[in-house]
Amino acid sequence: MSLQTTETVGHVPESCDLTLVEAVNLALARAMTEDPDVVLLGEDIGLNGGVFRATQGLQQQFGRERVMDTPLAEALIAGTAIGMATQGLKPVAEIQFMGFIFPAMEQLVTHAARLRNRTRGRLHCPLVIRAPFGGGIHAPEHHSESTEALFAHIPGLRVVIPSSPRRAYGLLLSAIDNPDPVIFLEPKRLYRALKQPLSDDGARLPLDTVFILREGHDMTLVSWGACIQETLAAAQELEQRGISAEVIDVATVSPLDMDSIRASVEKTGRCVIIHEAARSGGIGADISARLSEQSLDLLQAPVIRVTGFDTPMPYFRQELLYLPQVADIVAAADQCMSYR
Amino acid sequence: MAQIPVFDPGAMTQYLGCDGVPVRDVPLWAHDVEPLLRAYEWMMLTRMFDQKAVALQRTGQLGTFPSSVGQEAIGVACGLALEAQDVFVPYYRDHATQLIRGAAMQDLLLYWGGDERGSYAGPAQDLPVCVPIATQCGHAVGAAAALKIRHQPQAVLCTLGDGATSKGDFSEALNLAGTWHLPVVFVINNNQWAISVPRAAQCGAPTLAQKGWGAGIHSVQADGNDIIAMLEVVNEALDRARHRKGPTLIEAISYRLGDHTTADDASRYRAADDVQAAWEREPLLRLRRFLTSQGAWSEAMDARWQEHCQALISKAVEQYLATPPQAAEAMFDHLYAEWPAALDEQLDLFAARMAVREV
Repeated sequence: MSLQTTETVGHVPESCDLTLVEAVNLALARAMTEDPDVVLLGEDIGLNGGVFRATQGLQQQFGRERVMDTPLAEALIAGTAIGMATQGLKPVAEIQFMGFIFPAMEQLVTHAARLRNRTRGRLHCPLVIRAPFGGGIHAPEHHSESTEALFAHIPGLRVVIPSSPRRAYGLLLSAIDNPDPVIFLEPKRLYRALKQPLSDDGARLPLDTVFILREGHDMTLVSWGACIQETLAAAQELEQRGISAEVIDVATVSPLDMDSIRASVEKTGRCVIIHEAARSGGIGADISARLSEQSLDLLQAPVIRVTGFDTPMPYFRQELLYLPQVADIVAAADQCMSYR
Repeated sequence: MAQIPVFDPGAMTQYLGCDGVPVRDVPLWAHDVEPLLRAYEWMMLTRMFDQKAVALQRTGQLGTFPSSVGQEAIGVACGLALEAQDVFVPYYRDHATQLIRGAAMQDLLLYWGGDERGSYAGPAQDLPVCVPIATQCGHAVGAAAALKIRHQPQAVLCTLGDGATSKGDFSEALNLAGTWHLPVVFVINNNQWAISVPRAAQCGAPTLAQKGWGAGIHSVQADGNDIIAMLEVVNEALDRARHRKGPTLIEAISYRLGDHTTADDASRYRAADDVQAAWEREPLLRLRRFLTSQGAWSEAMDARWQEHCQALISKAVEQYLATPPQAAEAMFDHLYAEWPAALDEQLDLFAARMAVREV
């Protein structure tokens, strides 16, 4: 099942234009209002409102017991969230940047992901780890990586990546509702890059499906996170040249809604996957492998990936060389179309 | 230049000498032998359970198993001091506490016998055995924070080994416990050995208890082989936690009389003489001598109790060995609250694998 959506919504009463980071803030406030068990913890999230202001005003609104500044210790933040979750709270923890999530990795992999499985369902772990990720904002070293594939490889975790304010709002509410651990990665390049009309109606978006942002019949462009912007722009450019590209925002990269991707590629026969994470062992590789396993007959061209490289993310002066740009996607699309 | 004062944990809390003779007046509650008899019975059951588990491993009927021989007073004190509604956050050498909290012996065996169904035993709020060293410390402060946020009056007790005190997770959890004034008690089972690394090679500080001092936590050392001392300090610490007087770190001094696990051979790295000497300090003998001197225990009572324990253990082993295996697809159970359709393909792959193997 895939969900079709448009990037603009019609007239929604009492809606206002919000950025992605404002949508995150709105969803957090909504979840905390709806459910007293939802608590927030993380570094600088209290009075300071988080370094990106995602939690701005929430401590003032909900109190210090529910919006907790933690000591500077990421393993502890994850471990504490797990302990809280086992006792019935629904913690939403912020890791300040995804580049600093690695001390928390052990807790997420060895505990959060498998608590339900190893206790045969008697304990579970309803927590959300939010982390800004990805490049493109000229941040210092270690602040720009995209390592979603590391988490997607771990059974028991969900990895969710919004790419618009509306999806940030609806997907975050679903992530908090979800009784299992969710890694919620926020593309920080998009935090303030675009606004969408959004009403605080509490409407959830599903975590088990991709979003078809644009219909097309010549090829399928599959992406997620901030790269969706370049992918949509590339689709626009291709259209002007008579190539009709379907654009899929994967959104939940694990577990992966492969049925919808396959259905689209079986329709178009061609697929280009775009992600800014390193190339090898990435989610693009997995999608490509599964298309070749299950849809080879229907493919009219090899699946092509436009990705970052297997290098450290360069320092910001050269980060655009690493990040897929519109021209790179268009070139890959041309290559895909011209294959015979 | 002013020197930061040296941490002085005071004298280690101890009441019973190795010969079972009190080295000072025992606390008032210990004038009644009843709680000490209960403690002795649990300690004996734990030791015999440990022996049986090792025997099962040696005969190929159990997986790798970590015996707690010699450290029974620590686990029994924790188990008896905890109340049913408290939260126990164990590591993996805690059979005594788990048994007292209602875990079935056959479930503990099931866990160490490689079956997930045994991994969660005891009260609903307790956490399961934790294998990755010191990671449970974070869960303990999280559980304690949950109690505090919901204004619940219970306490959390978290156990760990001496090796775990070297890990950041332990320090980070202590730091949070002190900062947030959490209702949590940490009990270090300092059995002197982290597999082959002795206590002296683990940490340069004279005590492990003083690590709590750096986090602003009330910290004490106790003779972990003296059940009276252990009951005294654990009860006091839990009482502090329940009355919101702050967290406590207890360093319980003991000795690992057995191997680290059944996969270990401690004779490779420690002298037989040292182990022999440690047997003189072990907790059952000490308590038995004390109870006998009080006229509360006898050889005949000991034999009868051992016979009773033997019967309980045999029955549990029987049940363990008779437990039918989980369904072949069990690994896919309880992965998520709701099975994601995205993983249907893997069930098909699994079914295909099973079909191939059945040919």
